[in-house]
Amino acid sequence: MARRAQPISALPGAGAALIVAALILGTLAAVALRAEAGRGFGGSDWAALRFTLTQAVLSAVLSVGLAIGLARALARRRFWARTALIAFLGAPFILPVIVAILGLLTVFGRAGWISQILMGLGLEPLQIYGLHGVVLAHVFFNLPLATRLILQGWQEIPTERFRLAAQLKAGPGAMWQLLEAPMLRRVVPGALAVVFAICLSSFAVALTLGGGPRATTIELAIYQAFRFDFDLGRAALLSAVQLGLTGIAGFVALRVSDGDGVGAGLDRALRRWDGEAPLARCLDVAWITLAALFLILPLSAVVVSGISGLFLLKASVWMAALTSVLVAGLSTLLLLLLALPMAAAVAMGRSALIEVAGILGLAASPLVIGTGLFIVIYPFVDPFSLALPVTALVNAVMALPFALRILVPRAREVMMRYGRLSLSLNMAGMPFLWRVFLPRMRAQIGFAAGLGAALSMGDLGVITLFADPEVATLPLQVYRLMGAYQMEAAAGAALLLLILSMGAFWILDRGGRWHAEA
Amino acid sequence: MKYSVFAAAVLSASAAYAEKPELTVYTYDSFVSDWGPGPAVEKAFEAQCGCDLKLVGAGDGAALLARVKLEGARSEADVVLGLDTNLTAAAAATGLFAEHGVTADYSLPVTWKDATFAPYDWGYFAFVHNVDAAVPADFKALGASDMKIVIQDPRSSTPGLGLLMWVKAAYGDEAPAIWAGLADNVVTVTKGWSEAYGLFLEGEADMVLSYTTSPAYHLIAEEDGSKAAAAFDEGHYMQVEVAGILAGSDQPELAQDFMQFMVSDAFQSIIPTTNWMYPSVTPAGGLPEGFETMITPAKSLLLSADEAAAVRDGALDEWLDALSQ
Repeated sequence: MARRAQPISALPGAGAALIVAALILGTLAAVALRAEAGRGFGGSDWAALRFTLTQAVLSAVLSVGLAIGLARALARRRFWARTALIAFLGAPFILPVIVAILGLLTVFGRAGWISQILMGLGLEPLQIYGLHGVVLAHVFFNLPLATRLILQGWQEIPTERFRLAAQLKAGPGAMWQLLEAPMLRRVVPGALAVVFAICLSSFAVALTLGGGPRATTIELAIYQAFRFDFDLGRAALLSAVQLGLTGIAGFVALRVSDGDGVGAGLDRALRRWDGEAPLARCLDVAWITLAALFLILPLSAVVVSGISGLFLLKASVWMAALTSVLVAGLSTLLLLLLALPMAAAVAMGRSALIEVAGILGLAASPLVIGTGLFIVIYPFVDPFSLALPVTALVNAVMALPFALRILVPRAREVMMRYGRLSLSLNMAGMPFLWRVFLPRMRAQIGFAAGLGAALSMGDLGVITLFADPEVATLPLQVYRLMGAYQMEAAAGAALLLLILSMGAFWILDRGGRWHAEA
Repeated sequence: MKYSVFAAAVLSASAAYAEKPELTVYTYDSFVSDWGPGPAVEKAFEAQCGCDLKLVGAGDGAALLARVKLEGARSEADVVLGLDTNLTAAAAATGLFAEHGVTADYSLPVTWKDATFAPYDWGYFAFVHNVDAAVPADFKALGASDMKIVIQDPRSSTPGLGLLMWVKAAYGDEAPAIWAGLADNVVTVTKGWSEAYGLFLEGEADMVLSYTTSPAYHLIAEEDGSKAAAAFDEGHYMQVEVAGILAGSDQPELAQDFMQFMVSDAFQSIIPTTNWMYPSVTPAGGLPEGFETMITPAKSLLLSADEAAAVRDGALDEWLDALSQ
């Protein structure tokens, strides 16, 4: 059977997927080949695998489950702080881990705000350390992200459908069955897979909030293999396990996810007529308020502790901030260059392997990628001279899964709706790309770019392996400050990082949806 | 590698620099940070050597060793500064290091005989607490108390490994029982020192594993006398930080000069208020004011490099067993 003609080629997308796969698997192979005799998979590794899977599944289910409720409430309501709240949803995700942990503990810790209230009432303080603490932290990181992904699903339902449903007097049940459930079947599996993959490679969060070595994850075992035992073979083996699990999760998600889109509308401003019953209103308000409190309290702890530190920042921190902005810019550019062709290729129904290649970036241990790159680069160039481009590239690959989840549904829709029309108008190739594809993807490109920039800004990534003192990034500088007892300045630098990341996210996301959704 | 394309481009760009030999020293990250000893050390050494001193930060002590192993004999580094005695056996076993040839009158509480690695500073591990807290006098009392502590994971952190060695050196075969007693006191275990110290300052625990000299930072740099280190009767385990010359160095004489400079007053007087450790050779001017208020352990514990390497894996298993219950 001949393949259906398409307005643009899928080849660049396949090429991009190949580059990504080569980077992730190639670095893994480089580490494995450099290894001498390695220790195999032992009893403690099974325990680590069990714990890793348990917490990742729980975190993913809970994050996405809560995100559905929150996204539904946000999709139905319009209120003055809505845009700000949605923009703020990006924040937990981009904080350096150590800063986010301290923020969470300021609220939920033994001496945190909630515990102090409880103790004031004569009750026991909150017991945060344990599996529930790990899941709580992962929900804090991932609920916002899952909400954005799912909210986007709601926003892709054309306003005409809601209008029609309202005219047909569809009640909440019918609305759910006709519009919302089919959309969720399409969006939720991908969101689950992404959150699962993120939690799979968790290390510092799991250890700290898990309360000790019971909470050993595979990523920690990789770390141990690398620096405690210097057993590269073992590090590569464990990393392969992590990649395998993520690959499986990605495949399952793709299989389960229902491919049909909701069809295109006329891009009119969204209006909803449903959800006006008092109970629905109350429920939505409760969802939004609780979620906002849960996310904003720890963030405000970060802000409060950072304000005085902002004035202590030395020139080196500002230089690091500049470096981080540059890296984020370069990384965002690379991200779009990889993600857009891949999204287009996936949308044209080419191999699911492309999409799975995209999700692997999440499960790749930065330590293994960094070490692998180091082994590959070292014989040819001074790794230090490549510190920033390498960091930007790795950050782009790590942000790729998010970008694809954001871009693919929309790309699919554009191809389906306008592909044949454009072909019949003889608008294939560049004209299609510039006049149809990219303009219609603008909001999603903006969101993906914003998230990519913010992630790159906040990520420690591989810079620790390549850093030389003159080119520290801001997250690295935060760690250095803390390592030098400069906790107050570190809090200030973390706040600066939060501001910069949020700023980059806001500008790009806003730029993408300028005069789009009202 | 020394004369790679990149280096050549830099060298030809600046004729003045081309005259100067370059000495590359790999060290841990906090050494080269603005607040660490790095900037002052670089200035002081360059003033006397007529060379360009390039300090390169590579994670922490263990990451530093991993880096040196990865690069092998081709490494650009001339000197590696920042390993401790828990790592020196593995470092020496790589065969990448040459003898240091340094002579000095060390003020360490133990005699130093290692010909491959020379110490530049040292400290005692200790639990740091707020001065108003009533603290236990040893590990057994700590285990019996309801004091909450936060410690670092020995698999990812140097102080964490230090605590493992401390309990092992003090209690030997009794160590598992000590850990079993401590298990319910441990609030949590962190990836590194910064996380643990941050949690302690947030009030999550009564004590944190750090150094006897940590209160000196708060006292001298912040004029804050609210922190103290708990003196334990079984003695305190030492961390001795060392440097060594790589056999593959293309600047062996300069490297030797640097090592000798390292134990001189110029270098040693920088250490106390930047690295917050004791200098390995007390400088002529003595220690800065405030250090005399730090506790002096009755007994110094230190396993030799070979002993440390031999007990490490077993001690880790004991630790994992006790804290995973």
